[in-house]
Amino acid sequence: MKQTRAIELGTGLFVLLGFAALFFLVTQITSREFGLGEGGYRLTASFDQVGGLKPGAPVSMSGVTIGRVESIAYDFNEYRALAVLRIEPSYDRIPDDSDASILTAGLLGGQYVGIGPGASETFFEDGDRIQFTQSAIVLENLISKFLFSKAAEQQPAEGPAQEAQP
Amino acid sequence: MALGILRELSDSTADTLRALGRYALFAGRLASETPRALLRFRLVVEQVHNAGTLSLVIIMLSGLFVGMVLGLQGFDLLERFGSEESLGTAAALGLLKELGPVVTALLFAGRAGTALASELGLMRATDQISAIEMMAVDPVRRVVMPRFLGGVIAMPLLAAIFSMIGLYGAQLVGVQLMGVDQGQFWSQMRGAVEFGDVMEGVLKSAVFGVACSLVAVYEGYHSMPTAEGVGRATTRTVVISSVSVLLLDYMLTAVML
Repeated sequence: MKQTRAIELGTGLFVLLGFAALFFLVTQITSREFGLGEGGYRLTASFDQVGGLKPGAPVSMSGVTIGRVESIAYDFNEYRALAVLRIEPSYDRIPDDSDASILTAGLLGGQYVGIGPGASETFFEDGDRIQFTQSAIVLENLISKFLFSKAAEQQPAEGPAQEAQP
Repeated sequence: MALGILRELSDSTADTLRALGRYALFAGRLASETPRALLRFRLVVEQVHNAGTLSLVIIMLSGLFVGMVLGLQGFDLLERFGSEESLGTAAALGLLKELGPVVTALLFAGRAGTALASELGLMRATDQISAIEMMAVDPVRRVVMPRFLGGVIAMPLLAAIFSMIGLYGAQLVGVQLMGVDQGQFWSQMRGAVEFGDVMEGVLKSAVFGVACSLVAVYEGYHSMPTAEGVGRATTRTVVISSVSVLLLDYMLTAVML
């Protein structure tokens, strides 16, 4: 009898530990958060280019995470991408002329929305729209711009040299 | 001469096919018995203890060291690209999707699979299984099923514990020893790892749990009733489970990527 009790206790402990590990992996390692889903208020922002931004990405001010990207959809009225940001309720003093830009964390890091505070005396409220936005930088565009500008620099220099040859 | 080789070849092919068929039939039998066996939960709990709780120490220890090695190797590799902050992401994805399920399954085959196979083999060799049959009790239902289910239940939990401890090990080496920023380590990981990645690992380990337990139970139950037969069943358990785990791992990864 005593032995079966020890076995049951050990098994219970093992199962508990297993599920605790699973819970830890799901809640701590992924960006999924439980129980905090409903609080806070929503802001919208439209971007020409959202790049690799995904729902669940952090919204930060000066590096402090103040909320998450809730959804990203394409808005056919403006032909731009519309992102809904959910800001935590304690951060309720964001000036309503603040700007939102899509930034990249580190060289290989994920993208997030950075909010730079404006100077207005009035603050954002639920459902407001961020007017000033800066799109994600697409590396390919950057490279092609760089190449084109290089080519444009070289053309006048090469032009006369080639004419002089014959 | 040539005819002899041909005959041998066709014989061995037929043998392999027969073994595969026997496995499939046995698996079907176990599947059909599952609901009934779950009702006798006390027997299953006992086997979860045997397969899970008793494997806990080896799993945790291995997980810690695998994680620490991952921390060292990952740091060395990522430092060359100047992005050692991604160590958390690399370690978490590596552990959750590959190392956790696979290494746990291999250790499980060595620790719990052999115990199962030799236990069942000895029961067969010492006529305990015949004795149970003689009492008009189905040995598959009474002896095999709880052991099979115990392994199936224990494996995903063991893999989750392995991944968690491994992550702690990677964090220990990466952050405490190598000086990766702790905040970066966790926040990059949280940004990059998705719920689906965790579930992929859980699904994998569940499949491995079924495979390893099936092999162990089958080999033990069908072992020759001799000392040599029990030894051979144990060896075959480790070999077949390890190979099938690695094979299944490739297929599952290819399907889920």
